[in-house]
Amino acid sequence: MSQKSFVWLCLLPLAVVTTAFFLLPMARLVVAGAEGPHGLAGYLAVLTEGRYRATLFNTVLLAAAATVVTLIVATIAGMFLQRHRFPGRAVLIAMLTFPLAFPGVVVGFMIILLAGRQGLIGDLSNRIFGEKFVFAYSIYGLFLGYLYFSIPRVILTIMAAVQKLDVGLEEAARSLGASPWAVQRDVVLPALAPAFVASGAIAFATAMGAFGTAFTLATNIDVLPMLIYTEFTLAANFATSAALSVGLGLITWLILALARTFSGSAVAAAG
Amino acid sequence: MSTAGHGAAVRIEACGKTFADGTRALDPATLDIARGETLVLLGPSGCGKTTMLRIIAGLELPDAGGKVLFDGKDMTSVPIERRNVGMVFQSYALFPNMTVADNIAYGLKIRGVARDERAARVAELVALTNITGLENRRIDQLSGGQRQRVALARAVAIRPGILLLDEPLTALDAALRDRLRTELNRLLRALGITTIYVTHDQAEAMELGDRIVVMRKGAIAQIGAPREVYFVPKDRFVAEFIGAANIVEAPIENGILILPGGRLSIEGGATTANATVMIRPETIRVTNAGTEALSGVVDSVSFIGDRQRIVVSGASSKPLNVDAPNTIQAKVGDRVGLSIAADALRLLPSEP
Repeated sequence: MSQKSFVWLCLLPLAVVTTAFFLLPMARLVVAGAEGPHGLAGYLAVLTEGRYRATLFNTVLLAAAATVVTLIVATIAGMFLQRHRFPGRAVLIAMLTFPLAFPGVVVGFMIILLAGRQGLIGDLSNRIFGEKFVFAYSIYGLFLGYLYFSIPRVILTIMAAVQKLDVGLEEAARSLGASPWAVQRDVVLPALAPAFVASGAIAFATAMGAFGTAFTLATNIDVLPMLIYTEFTLAANFATSAALSVGLGLITWLILALARTFSGSAVAAAG
Repeated sequence: MSTAGHGAAVRIEACGKTFADGTRALDPATLDIARGETLVLLGPSGCGKTTMLRIIAGLELPDAGGKVLFDGKDMTSVPIERRNVGMVFQSYALFPNMTVADNIAYGLKIRGVARDERAARVAELVALTNITGLENRRIDQLSGGQRQRVALARAVAIRPGILLLDEPLTALDAALRDRLRTELNRLLRALGITTIYVTHDQAEAMELGDRIVVMRKGAIAQIGAPREVYFVPKDRFVAEFIGAANIVEAPIENGILILPGGRLSIEGGATTANATVMIRPETIRVTNAGTEALSGVVDSVSFIGDRQRIVVSGASSKPLNVDAPNTIQAKVGDRVGLSIAADALRLLPSEP
């Protein structure tokens, strides 16, 4: 057997798995999307039908907002945790990264315990203002849930990036007269850009597709995964749910690709 | 040229540094640096030279009681961003997200200098540091030598009162280092800024420094002009760290150094049971045996090109290194005479 055919033989399992569990279902999904009463126009409905479009818009907005807020919180926290040594630091890092171990359902449950009808925030606000603040079952609760499980992933990436940052860069900028703010703006944040893109992409993709949390909180939250679920199980509308699934995948992929291109120059320059 | 002749006089007063974990990096030291002077802090790693530089820069606070003064003004609590110092780091610390021109202009931009003026200043510095044509390059497209020049141009662009260089040539290969050292020397003379230069390389220190501060284990061992430090080292450490040195331990009787291979007269040599004497290898002349008061046997000969290093045993208790002209014929096993002028023998204080 020649060296070359041996390599191809080794790749065979990968090819089988890819075809069976990746390409075939994907193709089936794409075909299913066009098998509704409207044919290929079923795909267009994702954009033209008001309800679907609003949901799509909502989902992207929610995922984007969760990503941005996660990046802000995690950058500040990650930078602080990497640069300072204090008693309890290890415990704090462990606590911050603990949610990695939770499935979406548990995160949803925790949001309900915090901001649900019997939740801590409702209790507290009831005592202080005589009114219960309850937002667990809305898009705000979902937003909080997304933060909860995005922050650990992003914090770890940022901490690793901060560790690799040359302290000399900041000292050089300061010696040239840069204020602490200017140092962050001109030196630190650009150097962390690749980490932002990488970890932000994961946070965004997770938030676009997360289902468990949304499902635990309420069945009527307007996000795409919930819509796919209701179309599929309740309305038995295979074609539409397939079209929505393809749409969800494409849009997530497109936005991530855009983010990469947009930050491409910064990423290259920082390398 | 417009940058010539500016700079501040620096005084550090009783500046010591103890780190949070209790390690003493620098014993309290006092040092005056004249306006326009190039002062080299020289020593092995861990001697406190970088700590001293960072205290002057404002990147480290001295221990309580220490003071840093620029032109007589107390700067101890002024942060680095308001000290107007130019700094060149060993890693160069160039901003990877900016072009060469943007790197050089960064300090000016922070100071709110207008775009035209910035461009003019960048052009001037690019010419001065020989990097014309690289203005729009990214940093990762530059060689080590080019990065070093950009780092220097960036530090000088803001017309600093003091220029601080932390081992700026250490990251380069030997041939480039020699070339850039000469170039750097020319540049520092042209700029005339007060310069503090940290290095562990004694050749760099000799060529660049108006004065050299030799440091050891967090303390100043000697301060002096290069010639002074080389010819009149204060102790054995300085003698051995700067250049090559034979350290001879032998008794002195009435101005005569008594060696196993003969006797040498020594200047200012009072009678001592056990004196420590430094002899530089290039001050020893190899002659025919029998003509000199001191003789020994050739142990090894290394031909270096411009000279040869001959090791002679038997003359002193330890073999003597001799730098001889490359024309001298000497073979291993030859008995040779050694001639050393009385003023080439330098009596050192005995180590405690």
